[in-house]
This record gives sequence, C-alpha cells and structure tokens, in this order.
Amino acid sequence: MKRRTLLASSAMALGLAVSPALADDPLKVGFVYVGPVGDYGWTATHDAARQMVEEHFGDGVETSYVESVPEGADAERVMTQMALSGHELIFATSFGFGPDANNVAARFPDVKFEHATGYTQDHDNVSLYNARFYEGRAVIGHIAGKMTETNTIGYIASYPIPEVIMGINSAYLHAKAANPDVQFRIIWVYSWFDPAQEADAATALIEQGADVLMQHTDSSAPIAIAQENGVMAFGQASDMVAFGPDAHLTAILDEWGPYYIERIQAVMDSTWQAGDVWHGFAEGMVALAPLNERIPEDVRAEAEFMIEAIAAGEYHPFTGPINRQDGSPWLAEGETAPDGDLLGMNFYVEGITAEIPN
Amino acid sequence: MIRLERRPAPSRFWTAATPVLAVLLTMLAGGLMFALLGKDPVAAIRIIFWDPLFNPQFASYSRPQLLVKAGPLILIAVGLSFGFRANIWNIGAEGQYIIGALCGAGVALAFYPLEAWFIFPLMVLAGALGGWAWAMIPAILKTRFNTNEILVSLLLVYVAERLLAALAMGRMRNPEGGGFPGSRNIANYPSASNTELIANTGMHWGVVTAFIAVIFGYILLHRHILGYHVQLAGQAPRAARFAGVNPDRLVMFCLGLAGLLAGLAGMFEVAGPAGRINIDFGSGYGFTAIIVAFLGRLHPIGILLAGLLLGLTYIGGELAQMMLGLPSAAIQAFQGMLLFFLLALDMLSNYRIRLKPREVA
Repeated sequence: MKRRTLLASSAMALGLAVSPALADDPLKVGFVYVGPVGDYGWTATHDAARQMVEEHFGDGVETSYVESVPEGADAERVMTQMALSGHELIFATSFGFGPDANNVAARFPDVKFEHATGYTQDHDNVSLYNARFYEGRAVIGHIAGKMTETNTIGYIASYPIPEVIMGINSAYLHAKAANPDVQFRIIWVYSWFDPAQEADAATALIEQGADVLMQHTDSSAPIAIAQENGVMAFGQASDMVAFGPDAHLTAILDEWGPYYIERIQAVMDSTWQAGDVWHGFAEGMVALAPLNERIPEDVRAEAEFMIEAIAAGEYHPFTGPINRQDGSPWLAEGETAPDGDLLGMNFYVEGITAEIPN
Repeated sequence: MIRLERRPAPSRFWTAATPVLAVLLTMLAGGLMFALLGKDPVAAIRIIFWDPLFNPQFASYSRPQLLVKAGPLILIAVGLSFGFRANIWNIGAEGQYIIGALCGAGVALAFYPLEAWFIFPLMVLAGALGGWAWAMIPAILKTRFNTNEILVSLLLVYVAERLLAALAMGRMRNPEGGGFPGSRNIANYPSASNTELIANTGMHWGVVTAFIAVIFGYILLHRHILGYHVQLAGQAPRAARFAGVNPDRLVMFCLGLAGLLAGLAGMFEVAGPAGRINIDFGSGYGFTAIIVAFLGRLHPIGILLAGLLLGLTYIGGELAQMMLGLPSAAIQAFQGMLLFFLLALDMLSNYRIRLKPREVA
C-alpha cells in the first residue's frame, strides 16, 4: 500500500501518468460486505472465499474488505474509495449494492465489478453471479418432510423478493412430495441479519407447532433456539452445527471461493469479460453440510440421490405439473421452470396457505 | 485527596479545550486498542483523521463526501437539540426521516415522467410536512393524553420502517424493476433530482439547508424569545411556567421542528445520495444525530462541528477497514470512545479539581 501511494503521488508530482498495474505488483481486490464477517452466514461465506483467494494466490493478490456497509450512498462511497486506491476488481456481495456498483462502474471503466445476486448490468465492466440456492432448498425440503412429526415446518423469511419466495416454493414442493400432510408456517422478519428477531420468530414458530425450522436469514440464532427446544433446524449459508449439534440437520452452503479464484485469474490474464452466471450443485457453488446422524439411512440416501440428479441435470426442482397458489396452471406436466420465471417469482405455489406480504 | 468543586459559572477555557482534549485522548486510547489488535496505531489514526482530508489519492473525493455524510446528521441534530434543551425527548427522528423521504419520493413518483420546475419545490414541501406530521403524533398524544414522547416517538420508528418496506415492495416499486423491491431512481429524474449544486463539492440542497438550519438555530436560540423559553423550560420548568411559557405549545414546537428538519433530511437524501426508496433506506441517521446533538453540546455551531467530526470518523473508518483490515466493530468502539471522553471531560467545564492534603483526624 505504502509503496503504491508513494509511486502514485511522486508520479503525480512529476506530471507523469502511471499505468494502473505494474507487472510485479499484487492485484488489489476489494470486497464489500453487507453484514459483519462474524455473522456465521452470508457475509462469513464471502469472507471465507476471500481467505481462499489469499491462500490460492499468495503474494499475487492483496485483498481488502469493508464490512457492514449499508446500501446506497455509503456503499457507493466505499466502492469509489476502493477504485481510487487502486483496486482492479471489486466484489459487491449483496443484492442491494446493484445500483451503487453500476454507478461506480460508470465512473471507473477500467475497474471490474462483480455483483452478487443482482440483475442490473448497465456497463460492460459489471458482471453478475448468483447461486441456485433453490436446489439446496429442494433437498432440505425433502429431508424436512421426512423428519417432521408434527407435520408443521417453520420458515423464517427475510424479505418477500423472488429469491426468497423461490426458496419457500422449492422447499414446500419437496416437503409436500415427501409428506402430503405437511404444512408451512412462514414468518417475515424484514432483515437479513437480526439475531434477536430471528430468535423471536423461531420461538413463535415452535409455539405454533413447528418441529423443523428453515431460515432464509443469516444468523445462527434460530439453530440455538431449536437446540434449546429440542426441535430440528437447517443452517443457512455456512455449517452451523456448532450452535446446535442435535438440532442441526444440515445446512445449505455457499461456496464462492472457486468462482472468485476463477474471476481473479481472468483479470490477471486480461481475459475478464462481463458475464451473468447462476451456478448450483453442478458447479459446486451450492453444497450441503454433512448430514446429521439422526437422519435415517434411507432419507440420507434419497437426499444424496437428489443432489446427484440435480447436479447431473437429470432433475429440475421445479418440474411440472405445478399450479400457482390460486390454482391457475404454471408448469405443465414434465415442463421445467425457465430461469426468467424463477428470477422474477412473485407467487406461491398451490398448497401454501400463507400470503405473500405486500 | 481529590475533590471536585463546582464552578460558579462554566469555565470558558475548558468549554473550548475539552473537545480538543477529548479528541487527543480518543487518539491515545483508540491507538492502544488498534495496537492490541495488531495494527499500526499511528497509521490507523492518520488514515482516520488525515487521509480523508489530505491524502492526494482520496481527498478530492472524500472531502466532498464528508459534507454528504455530515449534512443530514447536522440537519436532524439541530432540530433535535431544541427539544433536548427543553427536556422534550424525541428519539424517533429516524422515523420522521423515513416518512419525509417517503412523502418527497411519493411526489416525485406521482409526477414521473413529467418535467416541470415545480416538482422539486413540491417534494421539499411534502418531505417537510411528512416529517412534521409524523412528529405531531407523539406531540399530540403527549399534550392530550400525557403519554411518554420517548416511547411513542421511538415506537413510531418501527411503524415507519414497516411502512417503508410495504411501499418499497408495493405501491412505490419500480414497474420496470422486474419484480424486485425498490422504487425508480429519483436521482436520475431531472425534475426531482437533488443534484450537486457545484460539481465535485458534495454540496447538494440538503447540505445547504443544514447550513441554513445552523444559522437559524443560532439566531433562534440566542436572539429570539422562543429560544429563551426553550432554555428556560429545560433549566427551570417552574420558572418557565411563571414566565408565561405554555408547556403544550413548547412540546408542539420542539417536536414539530425536529420532525420537519428530519423529514427534509430524508427527502434530500432520497432525491440525491440514496437515489431511491428501498427497504433498507433508513440507515440510522436519525439515531446517530442524537449523538451528534450531544457531541455538539446542543449548540448549533457545536453540532456543525460534531457532525463534520463524526462524518470524518465514518469515512476515515471505512478507509482504515479497507487499508488495514480493521474490523468495523473497532471503528464503532473508537467512535464510542470519542463520545465517552467528550461527555466525561464535560465535567471540567463545570467543576474544578482541587487537590487537598488529607485532614488529620
């Protein structure tokens, strides 16, 4: 850092232009996080991937990060300061950073931006990447359907956006297929990370009879509550087994490392191009944590079979016939959901009794 | 034995010297914390306080950003300070800020895509009225039913946040946004945009309004009978009543003013730096402004300086995270130390420290 500053300022004093990357300089890569690196969830997985990057490239890269960045003016400022300080690749790791990443990208055409889970790509130095979490949700839905004794599954949801609704639908369809009597109770907490609210929601769901909890929020609080109350739960984003060794059935893992390494390599080789990827089990961006011992052998085998079939492209979690909640047909027999439908999903499938809040 | 002796009047010297001393003590204690975290303390302090202002790589960008960050804090804190002086505790500026933004954005989105000169002034009016009206709820409940304004104003923040979420996902959602929550970009809508008045200065209408609020706040507090009433009501409520201060009217005025300014801050933010209504729009300016108000000793000029100082620690704190890998919690602790030392040293302006030999029994 110091050397770069010195070079830049002395060059400026002499009125010389410095080339953005000197050959032996490490590539500077910035990460903008929406939560704290210690959330044991979403941000923790991105930071784990950042550490993988450091390990993989050694002195070849220099990574830096800023955590708990609110979207909007703050995120835009953080990214601008990263661009100004010589970062050549910036990972904006939250849905809400989209407009900010695009604004900064417009002003720094030589800096590359990678935006997680977004949909706006206004400039050719903005790339999008996302994981097919619904594939993981299908498998945990199946396990939940098999494991529940009260036939009630509690779901702690964050915001009613397509990503979350897609997850609820995927989990519900497969829980229902495994156990036709299953019912979903859904509580919206309007936050990605709020341990206190998530814990309250978990308690409320257990009081309503749920004996399996799922969450689309990032803290480990629901796992701890499940452990205390002797019910089961699924971790989110990273392996949360330490917070509830008995309760934790498995977790949907986000594995960003390989993608980050691939993209950084592309910048080093000058082959980076803006893309739009949506990876799942097949590419390893989605994985499941080790299954809890309490899951019976046959359910375990079914789960593993599902993962293999999805990874091989033989099975799509949204395969018709599927009706919308109001009974109108969505997918015909044998038809699989187009990505566009999934990415804009704003309806529940037939059988879910709750309503999407508006 | 150390003894504290009350000064007959606050010391002028210490009133001016304590903020400087507090900043120095924060640097020392903060530096120690950074050193314990294994980071170079001198570099960290330099990055937080010096680099945003003078580093050739950043300063041309971060100096204007300082105004962008401090503007809403100052605007809200000036409004809050009047109530706090009169013992009227509006803790809900965050809610008034959100409602002001929603009203301002509502006007903009209603007229979209019409281009006309009157849209922005109408938005300003709507933002101010929205914030004012939201603050009138605790004001009326207090004057009519004697409810506690601390609780009511705070709880209304959560109501405002829910309203924000509902509108971001419902009525205000961008019809061209593919079903995702969040409104159209208002900053890109010329008639409604709160743009930089002079390029690359960070000066937008919200910052200008904050400066005007500081000047008017100063005049109101020191040159106007209302300011006198506010001070009197806080220091001697009984005397204030004898002097003809109507406590109900004072509650209405203080809460209303704070709501109005918070609403304006929200409206300028949504039309400019934030750019659009979204679920996470309220990022805590309304709460941070409470700290700014007290850091600035509830005095308009003090608030101006406090807002800039806190803005500096935010921007410098981000730089320190980025360049040294400091955790954001360390930056928050650092900001907490600053507040702690300022308030603790406040004692020096009101008390004298006397060293007396122990008396022999």
